[in-house]
Amino acid sequence: MSQRITIDVNHLTRVEGHGNIVVNVTDGVIERCEWQIPEAPRFFEAMVRGRHYSEVARITSRICGICSIGHTLASVIATEAALGIEATPQTRRLRTLLKHAENFDSHVLHVYVLVAPDLLGAPSVFPLVQTHPDVVARALRLKRLGHEWGSAIGGRSTHPTTAVPGGFTRVPRVRDLEALRDKILAAVPDLEATVDTIAALAPAIPAFERPTEYMAVSSHDEYGLFGGFVQTILADGDRASYEVADYRSCTNEYVSPLSTAKYTRNRLGSYAAGALARFNVNADMLHPEAKRVAERLGLAPVCVNPYMNPVAQVVEIVHSVHEGLRLIDELLAAGIGDELLAEPTSCGTGAAAVEVPRGILFHEYTFDAEGICTEADCIIPTGQNHGNIQLDFEALLPQLLAQDKSEDEMRLAFEMLVRAYDPCISCSTHHLDVTFVR
Amino acid sequence: MAQLRIAFFDFASCEGCQIEFTNYGDVATLQLLEHVEIVEFREAMTETTDGRIDVAFVEGSFTREADRARLQEIRARARTVVAYGACACTGGINALKNHQDDFAEYVYGDAARMPHLRSGTARPISAAIKVDYEVRGCPMSKDELLLVLSNLIHGTEHWVPTYPVCVECKRRETICRYDEGDHCMGQVARAGCGAPCPADGVPCEACRGFVEDANLNALERVLVDRGGLSQRRAVGKSRMFTANPRS
Ligand code: SF4
Ligand code: SF4
Ligand code: SF4
Repeated sequence: MSQRITIDVNHLTRVEGHGNIVVNVTDGVIERCEWQIPEAPRFFEAMVRGRHYSEVARITSRICGICSIGHTLASVIATEAALGIEATPQTRRLRTLLKHAENFDSHVLHVYVLVAPDLLGAPSVFPLVQTHPDVVARALRLKRLGHEWGSAIGGRSTHPTTAVPGGFTRVPRVRDLEALRDKILAAVPDLEATVDTIAALAPAIPAFERPTEYMAVSSHDEYGLFGGFVQTILADGDRASYEVADYRSCTNEYVSPLSTAKYTRNRLGSYAAGALARFNVNADMLHPEAKRVAERLGLAPVCVNPYMNPVAQVVEIVHSVHEGLRLIDELLAAGIGDELLAEPTSCGTGAAAVEVPRGILFHEYTFDAEGICTEADCIIPTGQNHGNIQLDFEALLPQLLAQDKSEDEMRLAFEMLVRAYDPCISCSTHHLDVTFVR
Repeated sequence: MAQLRIAFFDFASCEGCQIEFTNYGDVATLQLLEHVEIVEFREAMTETTDGRIDVAFVEGSFTREADRARLQEIRARARTVVAYGACACTGGINALKNHQDDFAEYVYGDAARMPHLRSGTARPISAAIKVDYEVRGCPMSKDELLLVLSNLIHGTEHWVPTYPVCVECKRRETICRYDEGDHCMGQVARAGCGAPCPADGVPCEACRGFVEDANLNALERVLVDRGGLSQRRAVGKSRMFTANPRS
């Protein structure tokens, strides 16, 4: 093969944040194959130092507008761990319900707006308004539901107001929960249509396999979202688990010259986090309806094709809807009511791990006796996936060359791979060094 | 009526404001798309345009000198520039680091000296280019954004309130945070959001910035005397989303 291949995608489209793809091949020899992150760094951990514990979550929430519920919860739960605050069962249920709203909301956006156009051969969702108006209308309806769901519980779906250390400053009334339940129930037909759409598009998903390590929050009671412990699984089913407080022992952050975001690794050269990783680690804890959908879509653990991440997201959309309905019924049965915020009982350091649409958030804070933050550390999902994307690139390129793909086909294959991870790059760019420099 | 050609651009931000743009639902969004054509929006589309842009919506702060050229190019291409979200309008939350000198070292350690990790002061985009309209808030108010668009489509004048959040808060009959033993910055915060935060049981932190001529010394005093904050917390509080106008 005597040719020169140059792919230079500066600021890849249809991903959150900024990322570049650089591939150079001359006469079959790979010179460069890089996934670069030039996003402007934003330095959140530095900004929360000196802040009162009641303000910290409202600052770190602004790390990412799409995962802001997850950042708020990670921050709040880590703060509670540091200050000896005990959340009530009602608070825990409301948080889980709020978390499902975010996963649902973000997955809908990603699957419909960022991934579906590739599979339908369109440059974006907008031409689909003409060619597939029903799909677009459905996407917008579901997106709106995610927004209303998050707002009903969190006050706002972007940067929620009511979820604070100690509980909720305002809890939904019975009629709010009943109205939310009706809205979610009304979306069930749209959900089935979503599964049909993805099932029809599935043949367009590239076949590519690269086994890696998959990491997810796990719990003995449910499909892990927060609390519990961290678990990883390898392609051969070998599992390892880690305490949340020891999160540094499984994330091992390092700075890469390719990126303003820090990278992570654990048992292998990189690991994956996000919907596919959660599915691989925790599939047996899914709601039966979600399990049925996974089977229909041909998704089985341990799936080692990263292009299948959006399919795992669809499975999670179904799971969140059914779990959401169950949680609402539980809250109504238990008699939802106002509760005083739980107060701090001690001070020190605390950590939390929360699953967000794209992977795991680790937040850790130290507070002094006045409740002022003295140290902070946030590890963000996409930072965890960047290293894995790079290794996928290195495995994918020789395969594409062997298949004699054109430059355009290769570019699309790389772009689709990055988009499959749903990288929320903007949030991945302000990581604290694991070793404190004082 | 010809469709308005609109485009979205982003700088240092959390992208929460553009997410708000996806929350209008099917009916409103599809109707909006009859009046506007989205010609560039990197997060949502691969297409770009060389043609005319009627309205450019810009999210995020101006933090790197390299961004200046990009902003100037947007200005040159667009008839109207709308800054949306606190990051773009005032520097927003990003400006908190403007009061620190060790932020890069704290986050990246020794690696902070790598050239791609350099970041300067977080500034509003109006520090680089002329801005025609602002949609404030963190996140921005999506209803206000629609109103700006609607006014641009119909050629009607855009009006923004100049009074503080307290006015909107009283209007919806929320119990004052101070009467609940808490603190609040609604007295000096720019209205237009409808005062959702006190109604949700949390203080207003002036994410929309300050009203003109806000008495910031009085704000600190009230936060201490009536809100029970320490002096240090009161100073910090007055800089949550407003570190730039406060400095
Ligand atoms: S103003 Fe707030 S919501 Fe909007 S981009 Fe900035 S941090 Fe995000
Ligand atoms: S709660 Fe805040 S905004 Fe409302 S009246 Fe009191 S000070 Fe003003
Ligand atoms: S009440 Fe204050 S903090 Fe809340 S949205 Fe309005 S200006 Fe922002």
